[in-house]
Amino acid sequence: MNSTRFTNFFVPVFAVLLGVIAGSIVMIVSGYNPIAGYSALLYGAFGDSYYIGETIRQTTPYILAGLAVAFAFRTGLFNIGVEGQLIVGWLASVWVGVSFDLPKVIHLPLAVLAAAAAGALWAFIPGFLKARFKVHEVIITIMMNYIALHVTNAIIRSVLSDKGFKSAKIHESASLQSEFLQSITDYSTLHYGIIIALIGAVVMWFLLEKTTKGYELRAVGFNQHASRYAGMNVPRNIILAMVISGAFAGVAGAMEGLGTFGNISVKAGFTGVGFDGIAVALIGSNNAFGIILSALLFGALKVGALEMPSSADVPTELVDIVIALIIFFVASSYLIRLLLSRFKKEGK
Amino acid sequence: MEYVIEMLNIRKVFGNFVANDNITLQVKKGEIHALLGENGAGKSTLMNVLFGLYQPDGGEIRVKGQPVKISNPNVANDLGIGMVHQHFMLVDTFTVTENIILGSEPTKGGKIDIKRAEQEVRELSERYGLAVDPTAKIANISVGMQQRVEILKTLYRGAEILIFDEPTAVLTPQEIQELIQIMRALVREGKSIILITHKLKEIMEVCDRVTVIRRGKGIGTLNVADTNPNELAALMVGREVHFKTDKRPAQPGKEVLEIKDLVVKDARGVTVVDHLNLTVRAGEIVGIAGVDGNGQTELVEAITGLIKAESGSIKLNGQDIFNLPPRKITEAGMGHIPQDRHKHGLVLDFPIGENMVLQTYYKEPYSKKGILNFKAIYEKARQLIAEFDVRTPDEYTQARALSGGNQQKAIIGREVDRNPDLLIAAQPTRGLDVGAIEFIHKRLIEQRDQGKAVLLVSFELDEVMNVSDRIAVIYEGKIVAIVDPKETTEQELGLLMAGSKRKEAGVSS
Ligand SMILES: Nc1ncnc2c1ncn2[C@@H]1O[C@H](COP(=O)(O)OP(=O)(O)OP(=O)(O)O)[C@@H](O)[C@H]1O
Ligand SMILES: [Mg+2]
Repeated sequence: MNSTRFTNFFVPVFAVLLGVIAGSIVMIVSGYNPIAGYSALLYGAFGDSYYIGETIRQTTPYILAGLAVAFAFRTGLFNIGVEGQLIVGWLASVWVGVSFDLPKVIHLPLAVLAAAAAGALWAFIPGFLKARFKVHEVIITIMMNYIALHVTNAIIRSVLSDKGFKSAKIHESASLQSEFLQSITDYSTLHYGIIIALIGAVVMWFLLEKTTKGYELRAVGFNQHASRYAGMNVPRNIILAMVISGAFAGVAGAMEGLGTFGNISVKAGFTGVGFDGIAVALIGSNNAFGIILSALLFGALKVGALEMPSSADVPTELVDIVIALIIFFVASSYLIRLLLSRFKKEGK
Repeated sequence: MEYVIEMLNIRKVFGNFVANDNITLQVKKGEIHALLGENGAGKSTLMNVLFGLYQPDGGEIRVKGQPVKISNPNVANDLGIGMVHQHFMLVDTFTVTENIILGSEPTKGGKIDIKRAEQEVRELSERYGLAVDPTAKIANISVGMQQRVEILKTLYRGAEILIFDEPTAVLTPQEIQELIQIMRALVREGKSIILITHKLKEIMEVCDRVTVIRRGKGIGTLNVADTNPNELAALMVGREVHFKTDKRPAQPGKEVLEIKDLVVKDARGVTVVDHLNLTVRAGEIVGIAGVDGNGQTELVEAITGLIKAESGSIKLNGQDIFNLPPRKITEAGMGHIPQDRHKHGLVLDFPIGENMVLQTYYKEPYSKKGILNFKAIYEKARQLIAEFDVRTPDEYTQARALSGGNQQKAIIGREVDRNPDLLIAAQPTRGLDVGAIEFIHKRLIEQRDQGKAVLLVSFELDEVMNVSDRIAVIYEGKIVAIVDPKETTEQELGLLMAGSKRKEAGVSS
């Protein structure tokens, strides 16, 4: 038990290290200085309070998107639709944010809940189709991503603005933005969303590990036959798992809508946050605490990368390569487990 | 004396649990060597060490006198060691030949030479009397045939030493006899066999020598000719074992389970339970005897709500439970020891402790206001583990890591402990050692004596005859006879199971 915890922690750490090393090789081969490159990356992520603020802000939606993917995964489902659920959540939060005038204690929670409900609804459809007709959720969720993208764009154009490309700003009473957080981070875009994301991680852990419903959801995820034998309602649990996963994704969208941007604009393509959530969950071993760490890693890589072209002349695309390499090494964790067990043997 | 395999003082530790404690096993060329031990004694572990799936923490392995290090199954293959696992590892959608050559495909000009492979498989199959069709799809052949494909797989890779891990647990009596012939043919051709089985009869019938282990320790090796089942049982369990369970005559009470005119169709729409009638009363054990595939599985699944029946009626304590969801049926007072413990009985990835509350997790004291009470759950688990002698390092161990027999004991403990009015036991002792079988039979009879109804489904005639108060013979989805176990013989049962009509009256519900 302890030794599996140990490997669950060290495999991702090892994968990150290998990814960084492989990234250096790529930089050297393409004629860049890896030390300068990584220094710039590190500085760009944590170099001063502004960068730290930006990194945490970027980490926020990653945590929630990672939780969404992980929740589905732990209950035996593969939710590729986090991206679409995030977009509809974003839209719903902004919609509530601009259409009502309410005291903050009501307005803000309402906007966040609207995002959760929208994401949940978007995930309900594939959940229902899987439970009722055994249609594979991967196919439906991918299709739902495109539907989300184009439907939200249409709504932004026709309902939320006057043929414009973005909605109005949300009311102050629905906003997550914080002058206090901005002032202590040298006017970064840091907002209160990080608190919601951390609460989200606790909620996921508690729900899965401590509650009766979580026991059912995990059982159905591992073995549907035994769950049915045990008297659990398998279809209902599949739908519920998708709905909860979608709610996390929807709240991730609210982080953008109520925190970072304060509005929603017509999108030419996907935000990518939902897809990155798959990698975040994978590197975080589908564990709530691990996801916080891996989301931080992703946030730091994404924000720090912006500094690489200006101070080290390294193109940001290289960061994408490093991220891809890390994912590659996590995915080939079998190799790392093998290496780790060799090390342990020799250590004896 | 030449040994083909020598495992000397093998030690294997999981965490701080010693699964193999300096065990020595020496196998001669051309012999069938039995490995005997209780559930959880460490037999599979020892064989996994020999096959390179586990690395030993101590001891030495020699093959034909040469010390070797078997770091993975490929090394074992190269050394001529093949293993037929208890759970088959076959690709359902592939043909027999494709499965056999998987991983060592013969090629011609870069393409797989399937014709040649088929020819080779056919030759091998004929040589050892396996009667396997090389072109059949795995999904379409019986469990017994699939096992032969596993045997062919090892032979195709040139195995000289074959390990069989509980091969007969999944076979029908007929198939067992055929497997015994196959094993004899194998040793005639100079192969050596290590056979794990809990059935002492089989050891006495085919094995030359037997090595007994108990709780991870080697007890010794005997010539089968110099021993007898009683001695073997006592050696492995460490006490006397009674093969025949004593019981008082049944005192049946009111009807607990009443099945009328039940019709069940399988997935393809074929009628597998055909207007079946059956009654089980309080305080009696009704055994269902029949050849595998005569509707037993579907009957049990329909009663327990796992599949939907077509028509008829099922009553439990007078309450209609026909086609109710499993939760409702469970709450109406039914317990079910399922035939397939890995599919239905356990969530293998859960700790064994959490598996102990699989049907009761939502009730007090295990759940309070929607929150699990792990203290109560694990307390119950510890109690059941102790009471039913489930051998496991602790209650937090994944169910997957338990030996097959101990998984079974855990399930039985859970079902009996819920104290249901009707207990359905489908193949409850499959894969259990003789000591555990005696224990389980006692518990079933105890349930009966407490006024519960028990429905036992088993392919083992011994078991049905031994434990039941009434035997219902099932044939082609119908109960064709009800017999009194004291007034029948295995021969008569065998004939009834094969569909011959009974002379006397007595075909009633
Ligand atoms: N991977 C593992 N981790 C922890 N414990 C294990 C593991 N594999 C086996 N064990 C433990 O080692 C003991 C021996 O198991 P093994 O499977 O060898 O028993 P067995 O003799 O084959 O029993 P059976 O007749 O029931 O199949 C068991 O108590 C089991 O719980
Ligand atoms: Mg075993």
